[in-house]
Amino acid sequence: MVVQALKDQGVDTVFGYPGGAVLPIYDEIFQQNDIQHILVRHEQAAVHAAEGYARSTGKVGVALVTSGPGATNAVTGLTDALMDSIPIVVLSGQVPTFMIGSDAFQEADTVGITRPCTKHNWLVKDTADLSSVIHQAFHVAASGRPGPVLIDIPKDVQFASSEYTPKPKAPVGHYQPQVKGDMETITALVEAIETAERPIFYTGGGVINSGPAASQLLRELVEATGIPITSTLMGLGAYPASGKNWLGMLGMHGLYEANLAMHGCDLMINIGARFDDRITGRLDAFSPKSKKAHIDIDPSSINKVIKTDLPIVGDVGHVLEDMLKVWKARGRKVNREALAKWWRQIDEWKQVKCLTYKNSETTIKPQYALERLEALTKGRDRYITTEVGQHQMWAAQFLGFEDPNRWMTSGGLGTMGYGFPSSVGVQVAHPEALVINVAGEASWLMNMQEMGTAVQYRLPVKQFILNNERLGMVRQWQQLLHGERYSSSWSEALPDFVKLAEAFGAKGIICKDPADLDDAIMEMLNHDGPVIFDCLVEKHENCFPMIPSGEPHNKMLLGDAKATNAIAGKGAVLV
Amino acid sequence: MSALQIKKGSSKHSAYNLRPTFSDVQEAHTITVLVENEPGVLARVIGLFSGRGYNIDSLTVAEVDHEGHLSRITIVTTGTPQVIEQIKAQLGRIVSVRDVHDLTAEGSSVERELALMKVNGSGDKRVEALRLADIFRAQVVDSTLESFIFQLTGAPDKIDAFADLMRPLGLVQVARTGVAALSRGTS
Repeated sequence: MVVQALKDQGVDTVFGYPGGAVLPIYDEIFQQNDIQHILVRHEQAAVHAAEGYARSTGKVGVALVTSGPGATNAVTGLTDALMDSIPIVVLSGQVPTFMIGSDAFQEADTVGITRPCTKHNWLVKDTADLSSVIHQAFHVAASGRPGPVLIDIPKDVQFASSEYTPKPKAPVGHYQPQVKGDMETITALVEAIETAERPIFYTGGGVINSGPAASQLLRELVEATGIPITSTLMGLGAYPASGKNWLGMLGMHGLYEANLAMHGCDLMINIGARFDDRITGRLDAFSPKSKKAHIDIDPSSINKVIKTDLPIVGDVGHVLEDMLKVWKARGRKVNREALAKWWRQIDEWKQVKCLTYKNSETTIKPQYALERLEALTKGRDRYITTEVGQHQMWAAQFLGFEDPNRWMTSGGLGTMGYGFPSSVGVQVAHPEALVINVAGEASWLMNMQEMGTAVQYRLPVKQFILNNERLGMVRQWQQLLHGERYSSSWSEALPDFVKLAEAFGAKGIICKDPADLDDAIMEMLNHDGPVIFDCLVEKHENCFPMIPSGEPHNKMLLGDAKATNAIAGKGAVLV
Repeated sequence: MSALQIKKGSSKHSAYNLRPTFSDVQEAHTITVLVENEPGVLARVIGLFSGRGYNIDSLTVAEVDHEGHLSRITIVTTGTPQVIEQIKAQLGRIVSVRDVHDLTAEGSSVERELALMKVNGSGDKRVEALRLADIFRAQVVDSTLESFIFQLTGAPDKIDAFADLMRPLGLVQVARTGVAALSRGTS
C-alpha cells in the first residue's frame, strides 16, 4: 500500500535505512522494481540525501527510517529542511498500535518529537487512512511554502490490508495556500519601480522553490528594467552569476557592492527571501532610507523582523508574472537617468574588489582553490553541495551559478555534515552530472560514513575538502571576538584522507602545492567514481568581507592586507 | 583586544541583534482559532507559543462541531502589535488550523469565563461573602457550615474583581475555565 501510494506520487527513489518497525515496507520494496531504494549509512544522511534530491530536481524527496533511533536520527535533517523550505516526506516505522505508550523496544514519541521540526506530521493508526494520508502528505510538503512532513506508521498498520485510495486528481483537504498576489499592491510596486532612483532586487530561496519558470520570469524582469540584483545564500542561481545586473551574494559574508547597495537603496524588492539575521545585520540600521516590498508565499514571513511597505502574499512565479504584465501594460517605464547614476555608484563600490585576497606561491589559499575549481569546471552542468563554515561562504563567493537547482547548501540551520549526503542525493537524481561537495574537513567527518553509500551505488561524487585542520569559522570568530583564545577549534587526529578513500574502495587525492592544483583537480574530475580530494590549504585564512555582529551593512570588514590590521588590533577597517 | 568596534547595546558575542524596530506597547488580545479536531492539534498550538516565546494568559479548547470534526481554541495573549500579528500569521500556517480571528482587533466581542471559588469562614465574614455573591450574581453550588463554593460567570475582569473581594473573606481556592469568546453581531 505504501509503495503503491509512492508510485502514484511519482516517486522513483527512496533513501532509507531498515529496522524492525519498517520491515513490512522494506518487504514491499524488495518485491518491485519501480522505486529504487538507496541504502544510506545513517538516517540523518537519508534525510539530507532526500533534501539534495529535492533541491536539485524540484520534486519531493523521500526518506524511510525505522522507529525510535531511526526517527530521532532524522530530526536534524527534518529541521534543516524546515528552515530551508525543502519539500520532503519522511516515512517512519513505529511500534504496533497496541504497544504505543508502553516504552516498547525502539519506541519513541516520533510525532511528538518531530512536531516542531516538520511542517506537519501524522500518526496513522488505521490502514484505511494510510494511502490518503500519504497523498495528503505530498500535497502539504510541496504546496505553499514547501517543507518536510513525516508520516509515522505503526508496524501493525503496515501489515494490515485495506482498500487503496488513489491519488486525488485535485488536492483535497483544507490546506490550499494562496498563490496569486494582490493586484492592487502589485500595481503599487510597479509604480514604485517606475519612479525609484536606487532600486534593488533582493531575492531568496523562494524563487528556486517556485520552480524554473519563476527564475525565468525574474531574469526577464531584471533584464528589462535594468535594476541591480543581489541574492541570499539560498537563492543563488535564480539569476545567473554571469548576468550583467548581478551584484553577487549579500549578507554577513556577502559582497561589498551588494551590501552597500542594500544599505543605500530607496526601493528594496524582496522576492522570496525572509530578512534572515545573516542578511539584515543590525535591524535598526538596516537599509534605513528604503521603501520595502516583500513577496512571500508565507504570510508569517512578512513583517516578522522588518516592517514592509508593500507586502505581497503569493507564489513568486505568479506574482512575477503579474508584475511583468502590469509593468509592460503601463509602458515599461523606469527612471533611466537615476538608474544610470545608481549604477555608477555601484560600479564605484565594485572597484573596491572586496574578494581580493593575498595569494601565495607556497600554500594553497582556499579562495584560490575555489577559483581554480570554478575555472576548470566552467561550462559544465555542475551541481555543488557544501558543508557549513568558511568553505561554504567562499564557495558562495567564488563559484558562479548560472541556473537554479545547482546549489545545495544548509542555510537556515547551518548543519555541518549536510553536504556529503546531499551530494549523494543529487548524484542519484542526476547520475550523469558532475556533482561536487565543497567541504571543510571537520564538517565532512560528521557524515563520512556515506562513503559506503557512494561506493556501493557507484556514485561519482567529488568530495572537495578544503582542509585547514581547523574549524575555520569558529577559529575566525574566536580570533575576532574572543581574544584569540582558540578553544577546541582545531582538528586533531585527522585521518589520512587518501588512505580513507582507499579503505572504502574509492580514489583519494592529496594536494598541497598551488602549482599542482590544476592537475590534481583535473584528475579528480576525470576519475569515474567517488573521489576524496584532500586540499591542504592555508590554516589561518579568514573569510572576508564580513559584517561584524551588531553592525549595519555599511560597516563591513574587508579582507586581504587590511584584515591583518584587524587581526592585529591596530584598528579595523570599517568602511 | 577585539578589532571590532562594536557599539554599546549590541551583542558582542552573537550575530543576533534583534532590537525591535516596532512599537513596544504591550496589548492583550483574544484570539479564536478553529482547528481540525485531531490528535495533537492542541500540542501544535501550544508548542507554537512556547517554541516562539509568546505568552498565553488563558486558553480554552473544546469541540464545537462534532460532524465537522472542529474544535475552537480561545487564547488570550499579550504582546506588542507586531508580536500579535506574528502569532496570528504563525497560527495560520499550522496545517490543521482552519481559521484565525483576532476578536480584539475585529470589533466588539463577548468574552465569558466561569469560575469556582471556595471561601472558608464563619460569622460576619461568611454573611458578607454571601451578600457580595448575591451582588455579583454568583451561585452557591456547595456549602458546609464553614465554607461555600461559589460559581460565577462573566467577563474575566468581573471574576478578578470578585476574587479580590473574597480574598479578605477567606478565599482558599479558585478554579477558572479560561475565556470563551465570540464576536458580536451576525458574522
